[in-house]
Amino acid sequence: MNPVIPAEYGLILAGLLFAVGLAGVLARRDLIFILLSLEIMLNASGLAFVVAGARWGAADGQVMFIFILAVASAEVAVGLALLLWFHHLHRGLDADSANEMRG
Amino acid sequence: MYDMLWLIPALPLAGFLALVLFGSRIERSVAAVVGTAFVALSATVTMIIALQFITAPPDGYAYTQTLWTWVRVGGFNPTVGFRLDPLSLVMVFVITFVGFLIFLYSTRFMVEDEALVRFFAYMNLFVGSMLVLVLADNLFLLYLGWEGVGLCSYLLIGFWYKEEENARAAFKAFLVTRIGDAAFAVGLFLIYHSLGTLNIQEAMARASQQWVAGSAMATAAAGLLLGGAVGKSAQLPLQTWLPDAMAGPTPVSALIHAATMVTAGVYLIARTHVFFELAPAVQHAVALIGAFTLLMAGSSALAQQDIKRILAYSTMSQIGYMFLALGVGAWAAAMFHFMIHAFFKALLFLGAGIIIKALHEEHDIFRMGGLRSEMPLIFWVFLAGCASLSAVPFVTGGYYSKDLILLEVWNSPQGGSLLFLAGLVGDFITSVYSFRLFFIVFSGEPKTPVKKTADTAMTVPLVILAVLSLVGGLVEMPGYFGIQPLFSGFMGNTLPGFKALSPAPGTDRALFVLSTLASLGGILVAYLIFFRRPVSLRSLADSAPFRLARRFFLTGWGFDRVYDALIVAPFVELARLNKDDCLDRIYQGVARLTGLMNRLLGFTQSGNLRWYAMALTAGAVIFLGMVILS
Repeated sequence: MNPVIPAEYGLILAGLLFAVGLAGVLARRDLIFILLSLEIMLNASGLAFVVAGARWGAADGQVMFIFILAVASAEVAVGLALLLWFHHLHRGLDADSANEMRG
Repeated sequence: MYDMLWLIPALPLAGFLALVLFGSRIERSVAAVVGTAFVALSATVTMIIALQFITAPPDGYAYTQTLWTWVRVGGFNPTVGFRLDPLSLVMVFVITFVGFLIFLYSTRFMVEDEALVRFFAYMNLFVGSMLVLVLADNLFLLYLGWEGVGLCSYLLIGFWYKEEENARAAFKAFLVTRIGDAAFAVGLFLIYHSLGTLNIQEAMARASQQWVAGSAMATAAAGLLLGGAVGKSAQLPLQTWLPDAMAGPTPVSALIHAATMVTAGVYLIARTHVFFELAPAVQHAVALIGAFTLLMAGSSALAQQDIKRILAYSTMSQIGYMFLALGVGAWAAAMFHFMIHAFFKALLFLGAGIIIKALHEEHDIFRMGGLRSEMPLIFWVFLAGCASLSAVPFVTGGYYSKDLILLEVWNSPQGGSLLFLAGLVGDFITSVYSFRLFFIVFSGEPKTPVKKTADTAMTVPLVILAVLSLVGGLVEMPGYFGIQPLFSGFMGNTLPGFKALSPAPGTDRALFVLSTLASLGGILVAYLIFFRRPVSLRSLADSAPFRLARRFFLTGWGFDRVYDALIVAPFVELARLNKDDCLDRIYQGVARLTGLMNRLLGFTQSGNLRWYAMALTAGAVIFLGMVILS
């Protein structure tokens, strides 16, 4: 019998990945990196789903991951288009330079 | 023929509408003719109806025409209905006929005024409202007319509104009469609440059944009605607006502030006389108000220099006579004096208007003088008017009406020698001030050059009014002539007489001698002082107490100053103190708090993307922490 990786390990890994992604979103100023970090966070949640699916032996987790992939790709498509415009408007990709909506 | 009754008020109102809608599109002269024509038509209808009324009176000497129900709310359903009886017929006759003469005069008088169309529109509205007032068969409709004439009075006093003083006078008239109107309105509520109807005849019938004479309810109702009458008729203590109301054009003074509107109070009391009979205290107050007002206004007229103000105070004083008559229950005598007064006072005002125009807007009588040779016609009609006002015996209408009032005051159970004495002294004062005016204006040296302005349209009404003020009294001859009195006999169908005390035989002759002495004595005094103008009086006139007295009378016994100090000044001061409106502070506080919150929360909208992400994360962490730890 194959050695089973305990579900806790997978979840901890997903949590770490999520934390890395979140730190990237919070700390980075470059929008490209923020987008990359978002992808990491999405994948972290996808990993959590897969792990949970394996734990209960259900296919739902993997179906969910395919959904997340679809969302991620759509998000990247729109996000990159926005980035192009952002670059065009602000001559750069610094997220802090976009604060025109300051209250 | 009585079916045409509704046309009497409807025609002037139609004239008002026509002038308002099409006035700007027609020639000014045409507008004047249109305005006059509607009133002339109304007067014609009145004549036809009056003839029929006298020759073949309707049942019970009253004809009621109900047009439609005005409002219907529960049991409250006042109608638009007109009632014609001797009382309203006399009023309608004076309003339409004297009104028509004044309109005729105005077509020439106002011809140079740029706002001629507006003038005739307002005047038509006034005549229509006044007719609604006197013909109304219920107090609700009467109140509509009452407010309508108040509005027109305001609009016409302030007719030349570009001068601030005129606008102020209009404002004052409106505010002061409003005090009375408010009392009147409360009186209406009270009557409706207590009797369940506003129909005048029904309410009076129910009141005499349900109310005990002298009860608090009757006293309150009559007192509140009296409040309205006092305001409208410029009696003490609400009289201060009338002298200032002379700021309006002279035909307005003649029509509204002499002949018709100011006597609405007299009409109201006569119309609702049952309420006053049920409240003897209030009725006595009516007599006292009349007596005081006639003395106060008469003495004030003695000192005035503005010709129109003399006439204004005179009007106030003559209405005081009417109130005196009402107060002793001499309803018919009051209405008789009202009619004669309308004739001679309209005449005097219209004459004064011609004089003022001819002397280039000069109002001060001491800058007139010697007009007898310059304006002979005006001299004669003015003489007729002044003689009638002073009640010169036998030949003038004023004599018959005023003598009747004095006689009834003496004979009435509610009268008495003190009230009679007030009337007698007033008679003397009236003669002095009217002939003071007459002698100063017409005798002596001319002081201001005269330009001729009067033409036929202006003089014909004067002549007609002069004839009426002389012979108008013949409809009511005193008993000692041995002729049946026509007027009070006619009025007796609506207004009850009173059970006269039986005076000692020969009393009426004694009273006649007294009143004749008073009026002729007054003329003699005026002749000696103001025609002869003896030098010996000059020093007396300049003495300190005399000057003080003149100042006192000139200001109308200082009522304006007292009211200013007691009411106007505190009110203005209060308004100034509360300029920022203390209640507003609460709302300002709310607005300021909202602004503060806005700034505080606006601070979180930094526009910084990573801040938002941070806040989101922090929120999620806190929330999750709460879920896990709890």
